[in-house]
Amino acid sequence: MKWKNKLSWAGTGIFTILGVVYILPILVVLINSFKKKVFINKEPFTLPAEKTFVGLENYRAAIDKYELLSAVGWTVFITIGSVLVILICTSMCAWYITRVNTRFTKLVYLLCVFSMVVPFQMVMFTLSLIADRTRLNTPWGIIIIYLGFGAGLAVFMFCGFVKSIPLEIEEAAMIDGCTPLRTFFSVVLPIMKPTYISVGILETMWIWNDFLLPYLVLDLNKYKTISIIIQYMKGSYGRVDMGAIMAALILAIIPVIIFYLSCQKHIIKGVAAGAVKG
Amino acid sequence: MVRPLLFTEKEGVFVEKAMKRYMPIFVLPTFCAFTLGFIAPFIMGIWLSFCKFTTVTDAKFVGFSNYIKAFQDTVFRHSFWYTALFAVVSLVVINVFAFALAMALTQKMRGTNIFRTIFFMPNLIGGIVLGYIWQLIFDGILSNYNTALKLNEWLGFWGLIILVSWQQIGYMMIIYIAGLQSIPGDVMEAAQIDGATSWQRLWKVTVPMMMPSITICVFLSITNGFKLFDQNLSLTAGEPAKMSEMMALNIYNTFYGRTGWEGVGQAKAVLFFLLVVMIGMLQLRATRSKEVQQ
Repeated sequence: MKWKNKLSWAGTGIFTILGVVYILPILVVLINSFKKKVFINKEPFTLPAEKTFVGLENYRAAIDKYELLSAVGWTVFITIGSVLVILICTSMCAWYITRVNTRFTKLVYLLCVFSMVVPFQMVMFTLSLIADRTRLNTPWGIIIIYLGFGAGLAVFMFCGFVKSIPLEIEEAAMIDGCTPLRTFFSVVLPIMKPTYISVGILETMWIWNDFLLPYLVLDLNKYKTISIIIQYMKGSYGRVDMGAIMAALILAIIPVIIFYLSCQKHIIKGVAAGAVKG
Repeated sequence: MVRPLLFTEKEGVFVEKAMKRYMPIFVLPTFCAFTLGFIAPFIMGIWLSFCKFTTVTDAKFVGFSNYIKAFQDTVFRHSFWYTALFAVVSLVVINVFAFALAMALTQKMRGTNIFRTIFFMPNLIGGIVLGYIWQLIFDGILSNYNTALKLNEWLGFWGLIILVSWQQIGYMMIIYIAGLQSIPGDVMEAAQIDGATSWQRLWKVTVPMMMPSITICVFLSITNGFKLFDQNLSLTAGEPAKMSEMMALNIYNTFYGRTGWEGVGQAKAVLFFLLVVMIGMLQLRATRSKEVQQ
C-alpha cells in the first residue's frame, strides 16, 4: 500500500514538471511582452532585466499603432453575434427537419452532413466573391456567412439530440394548444440546453480563432479581427515591431484563457461530444 | 365528431401537420444562409474549375486544362507529398502521446484534473497566434546554431509537427479519457484474475475496447493534418522557396499570388476536396471493419 502511495506522488511530481514545461511557450511570450523590442529576438529566453524592461510600453504600442482595441471589439462582436444567430437558427431548423419528413428536409440534412467534410479552400474564392457582391463584407454581413458555413456541424449535432427527445412531450404541448413556435421555445429549447452549450462552445472556439474566412470576406480597410491584425503586424514589410506583436499575442490569448478557466467543464464536455459526433 | 388523432394515425403525424405551415420560420433562415455560404460557392467552385477567369464574369470554359496544369505544377506535387508525410507523422506522434497521457491521467494520482486542464489549454489558441508563439521559441533556439526555421524545409517540418502536437495532444487526450472511462471495470478485473500481465491487458483488453475512440482520433488528426493552413502560414509561410508549403497554403497562393491562375487554383481546390473526402471514407471503412472483428 505504501509503495503505491509513493508511486502516485512520484507521478504527481513528474506531471507537475511536464505541466510547467507545457505552458512554458506561453510564459516565454508573456515575459517578452515586457521587454524592449530589440532584445526580443536577441535573447528571448532571459527574464527582463533593468536594461531590457519596458513595462507596458509594448501594449501601448500595439493598441495605439495597430488599433488593436477596435480589432478586439470586432472579434467579440462577430463571435457573439454569429454564435447566437447560429444557435437559434440551426436549432430551429434541426427540430423542423427531424420532425417533418419530406424529401426537402432529408435533402437539407444530407447537405449539412456533406458540408462538414468539405475543406474551406474548396469554397473560399467563390465565397469571398459572393460576399463582396452581396455586400456581406461587414461584421454584420459576416454573421450570415458564418451561419451558412457553420450550419452543417450545428444542424448535425442538434438533429442527433432532437432524435433522442420523446415525441410525446411535443405532442402533448401541441394538443394543449401551443403553436409550433411556442412549443419550440418553451418545451424543446429547455430540453436541449446541454446541446446548446456544446454547440455554442465549439462554434465560439472556431469563430474567435478563425483567420482566413474573415480575412477574405471582410472589408479590411474598415474592419479587422485580432488574428488579422497579428498577421498584418508580422507580414507588413519594413520594420516588424516584435514588442507590439508579443503584446498582441498575449492580448489574444488572455480572453481565451479566462473563457476556458471559467467554463472549463462545459468546454471539455462539449469538445468530447462534438468529436464523438463529428 | 372529433377523431382522436393520436390513436388512429401514425406516430408524429399530428406534430408534423401542425408544423408544416411554419416551415418558412424554422428552416428558411438557415437554408438561405446555407445556400449563400455553402451551396452556391460550392457549385460555382466546381464550374469555375473548368474555366479560365480572373473575375467570375469573364469565365471561359476550358475543359480539363486547369486540372492538367495542376498536375503538372511541381510545387503542388511537392506540397502534396510534404502534406501527406506531415499528416502521417503528426497522426502517429499526436495519438501515441495522447493515448499515453490519457492512460497516465486516469490512474489514481493527485492533481489529474489540473493536469488535464493544462494539457488541453493550447487547443483553444488560434492557429495564427500559435504559429508566432512557436516562431519566437524555435528561432530563439536555432539562432544559437546560426540557422532559422525559414531556412530549412525540414526544420520547418519538425517545427510544425511540434506545434501541432502541442496544440492537439490535449484534445485527443480528452477523447481517449472519455473512452477509457467507459471501459467496464469487470472486464479488466476478469483479465487480471486470469493472470494477464499489464502489457497483455493493454494490448488485449484496453486497445480493442478503445477502438471507437481510436477511430475518431485517427480520423480527426489525419484530416486536421491535411487541412492545416493557419499554422503553416504563420510559422514558415512556405519558406524556404515554397518548400514547406502545404496543400491548403499552396491553393491559397495559387488563387491570390498568381494572376491568371485562378482557375488552376480552383481545380486544385477540387482535387484537395476529393482527397479529403476519400481519406475520410477509407479511414472510416478500415477502422469500422476492425471494430466488427473484436
